[in-house]
Amino acid sequence: MIPSQVNFHKPNSLSEALDLLSGNQDAKLLAGGHSLIPLMKLRLNEPDSVISIGNLAELRGISDSDGSFKIGAGTTHSEIAMHQGLRQVLPVITQAAASIGDIQVRNFGTIGGSIAHADPAADWPGALLASGATLDLASQSGQRKVAASDFFQGFFSTALNGDEIITAIIIPKPPAGTRSGYLKFAQPASRFAIVGCAALVSGDPIAEIAVAFNGVSDTPFRDAGVEGALKGKTLSEEVIAKAASMAADGRDILSDHHASSAYRHHLARIYAKRTLNSLM
Amino acid sequence: MHSITVTVNGQAYTKEVEARLLLVHFIRDVLALTGTHIGCDTSNCGACTILINGRSVKSCTQFAVQADGKEITTVEGMAGEALHPIQEGFKEEHGLQCGFCTPGMIMRASDLLSKNPNPSEEEIRWAISGNLCRCTGYNNIVKAIKYAASKMTEEVVES
Repeated sequence: MIPSQVNFHKPNSLSEALDLLSGNQDAKLLAGGHSLIPLMKLRLNEPDSVISIGNLAELRGISDSDGSFKIGAGTTHSEIAMHQGLRQVLPVITQAAASIGDIQVRNFGTIGGSIAHADPAADWPGALLASGATLDLASQSGQRKVAASDFFQGFFSTALNGDEIITAIIIPKPPAGTRSGYLKFAQPASRFAIVGCAALVSGDPIAEIAVAFNGVSDTPFRDAGVEGALKGKTLSEEVIAKAASMAADGRDILSDHHASSAYRHHLARIYAKRTLNSLM
Repeated sequence: MHSITVTVNGQAYTKEVEARLLLVHFIRDVLALTGTHIGCDTSNCGACTILINGRSVKSCTQFAVQADGKEITTVEGMAGEALHPIQEGFKEEHGLQCGFCTPGMIMRASDLLSKNPNPSEEEIRWAISGNLCRCTGYNNIVKAIKYAASKMTEEVVES
């Protein structure tokens, strides 16, 4: 499959990339390209220009400060999956990273590219919502921060403006003793999530709880019903089974040729249960 | 057109390419290295797997211009005077039938063994989970990679 003709720009810095983008907001940003290039090959997306930001060192790498982890938007899924600090403190993040596609895809695809694309079946949104992540966005006119919970707005839709680039993902370190994880039911060929559930739990009885889903609805969400049924309780199989039975209640659940909405709803309950059971 | 310079199997090439040219087409059609196969063309099957700067990636899902300045290894870069131990493993353990997935399997195995010289069966199966084979049922591919792992570890011990 051969994409349409396209102009290619390879800026040497973030500010140069922002200048190019500001002059052509119909241009597409290309990092790993593992979301964009498949669309271009199918000619579902035929941008006039692509701006390559995959080699910008200022967008790469993971830094660990006192209160948070900062993941450069151009960091590959594989680099995140193998990060020891994240693996110890926020396994929900490394497990989400490690469940994306396959090793070759994780070696090239980037976190920023995946979240900017906002595929409802992508693995990052649940983990970012559950962990309370914030995104750093830059444009020629300045920088702003957007909470992950405000960023994902619908089917392939986000709060990112046409002149903005995601520069980093900031994830606060949770209280000591927090347990977290991500499990999904994957479409067997593409490994995209039919249903993915991310959860963080701390305290006994539970003081802090976050349960978030991707793949279930056109927008990822935190599930207040499940969270409310767990807060203040001690985790047990019974408590989890009862809370998980409310998963995705009241949500508009996707239906497609991979899974009907009734089946997805069933899977949301199953994966809420499995993810929470893995944290006992 | 864009001028790119890539080093493929140790040899530097400078070529003029269209921005939309996929890396796998560059390797096959411009450099005439047809060992790298195009299978699904959708980044699922892994037949197009190559190494870029030592890491296995799918060459059907990137543009040749993205590889500018990088070092690429394809299956043609594996054998020296004799077959590479991974290739020998696929031959000795009957790790292929039609052979279409084999170049991708070999490049993926090469990346695995460079990071984990003595993988368990489970680690091998996990490592090739992005490479599809329609013939073998994978058992002999796993055996081939195990063969290569022991041979390569042996060589290190001997040298």
